[in-house]
Amino acid sequence: MAAPERKTQGKLPAAGMVEKRGSALWMTHALMILGVLVVFFPIWLAFVASTVTQPEIVSPPMPLLPGGHFVENYTRALFAGVNIPVATMLLNSLVMALGIALGKIAISLLSAFAIVYFRFPGRTTFFWMIFITLMLPVEVRIVPTYEVVAGFGLLNSYAGLIFPLIASATATFLFRQFFLTIPDELAEAARVDGARPMRFFVDIVLPMSRTNIAALFVILFIYGWNQYLWPLLITTEPEMNTIVMGIKQMFPSGDDTADWPVIMATSILAMIPPVIVVVSMQKLFIRGLVDSEK
Amino acid sequence: MEKRVTFKGWLLPLALVFPQILISGVFFFYPAGQAIWQSLFIPDPFGLSSQFVGLGNFEYLLSDKYYRASFLTTAIFSTLVTLVSMVPALFLAVMADRLVKGAGTYRTLLIWPYAVAPAVAGVLWLFMFNTRVGVVSWYLGQLGYDWNHVLNDGEAMGLVVVASAWGRISYNFLFFFAALQSVPRSVIEAAAIDGARFWTRFFTIVLPLLSPTTFFLLVVNVVYAFFETFGVIHTITSGGPQQATTILVYKVFADGFVGQDLGSSAAQSVILLVVVGALTVVQFRYVEKKVHY
Repeated sequence: MAAPERKTQGKLPAAGMVEKRGSALWMTHALMILGVLVVFFPIWLAFVASTVTQPEIVSPPMPLLPGGHFVENYTRALFAGVNIPVATMLLNSLVMALGIALGKIAISLLSAFAIVYFRFPGRTTFFWMIFITLMLPVEVRIVPTYEVVAGFGLLNSYAGLIFPLIASATATFLFRQFFLTIPDELAEAARVDGARPMRFFVDIVLPMSRTNIAALFVILFIYGWNQYLWPLLITTEPEMNTIVMGIKQMFPSGDDTADWPVIMATSILAMIPPVIVVVSMQKLFIRGLVDSEK
Repeated sequence: MEKRVTFKGWLLPLALVFPQILISGVFFFYPAGQAIWQSLFIPDPFGLSSQFVGLGNFEYLLSDKYYRASFLTTAIFSTLVTLVSMVPALFLAVMADRLVKGAGTYRTLLIWPYAVAPAVAGVLWLFMFNTRVGVVSWYLGQLGYDWNHVLNDGEAMGLVVVASAWGRISYNFLFFFAALQSVPRSVIEAAAIDGARFWTRFFTIVLPLLSPTTFFLLVVNVVYAFFETFGVIHTITSGGPQQATTILVYKVFADGFVGQDLGSSAAQSVILLVVVGALTVVQFRYVEKKVHY
């Protein structure tokens, strides 16, 4: 587990030896706060820009404190947008992120269960097949994958957005690792009781995997939400744009001035869902991160 | 490792793996096979037929000065992204580790940028450095520095590096912080009793103990810089000025979709495939041996 609480040895005088006191402690806090401010500055600036007017931005320097046009800019972004209302793009992103997260978890749970709890013809081949899919990000095979999706007539569809991105085996591997740690006695008992495999899967394996499923959900949701290249290729109609790829489409081509307040409001809207997921499920997120990189 | 207790039957397990086989087959193996196949051909200008050229596409690519330049650009870019994302993260993690109280709060705040998509990060940094309205570029102008990443190669590279590294600082911070928290206190206290000052302890004891984490992060950050920074580059520079920020993944896109040079794009995909394969092997071999969390 990441970041376990360090056991404080506060009662022993020696403990103070390596912990900072007084001015050094304040110095450390000051450096941390400075670090946080620097890291946060781009987000802060985007937020400020989303609350002021276009003339305030285009005559630099723009203000560094929020203005009074929050409601106006966000309403304009959500319900008018530039090419398409941002509310539509948010919905598309939500469908895509949920589809990828839930779809990948579902097919991986099933196949990991089969690999761990059965001996069937082709099992080893299958295992190596999914191992290979671990290695190739979609960025590397974009042209042929695009052709396949176009061939099925799936351009500008949710299926086209979702399916190619669930064709990777990270989740299968994670579940396999976890299922291997489930005590054999449980399967033995289920078998003796005459329980069918799927009964065992639903009653025992699924409930035991709850935490892993949740941790993986957090990681996959963010992965799906933050996709850029793939939606850029296969959504040619603005109605199907996702918010992350749609922001770039809001910049005018040529020399016109971009509608900065609306673009920045959209950027803020694009980061709110993943930030909420990460911050509110911090423990699960860190666990998922550490697990999925192992 | 294998289960000793298994269920009987083969129809059910085949049905269970079927969805994954189907999706991987249609959207992964077939396209990957196509990429390899297409890399051996040159389509005619009308796309009606194509001519078998064997390894001709690869020979052409490797002698193409733009492709070689893209390799160099990628090397510089990924080295810089790795450095710029790891060094500040390590510094912040060391600072947070010195705190008994408040470290959790800082961690919560520092996680934020990780959730921001690379493409959105690109837009945020573009906004700050925009040549007409950017706040940072304006203040640089006041200081007498004329910032223009649209024309200046080095500034364009600097901007995409910083925008790409920004979100990764969160990620690296989490791993470094977790690793620092698991460094045994007794070792550090023993060194303190021997009179070693903070930075001496850091460089002689803590840093060597962090080396498994550091190496792991090196590999994953290089993989990130190679394959997941497309959004940053597309939003900020679109590979320009000229080709100054065209990394390999961007070139696959630019040649395949913009330039419609399918044979070359497919050959580039195959080369990248080899690169990913090598990086994955390094990662797996290493992870199996050393990383303990």
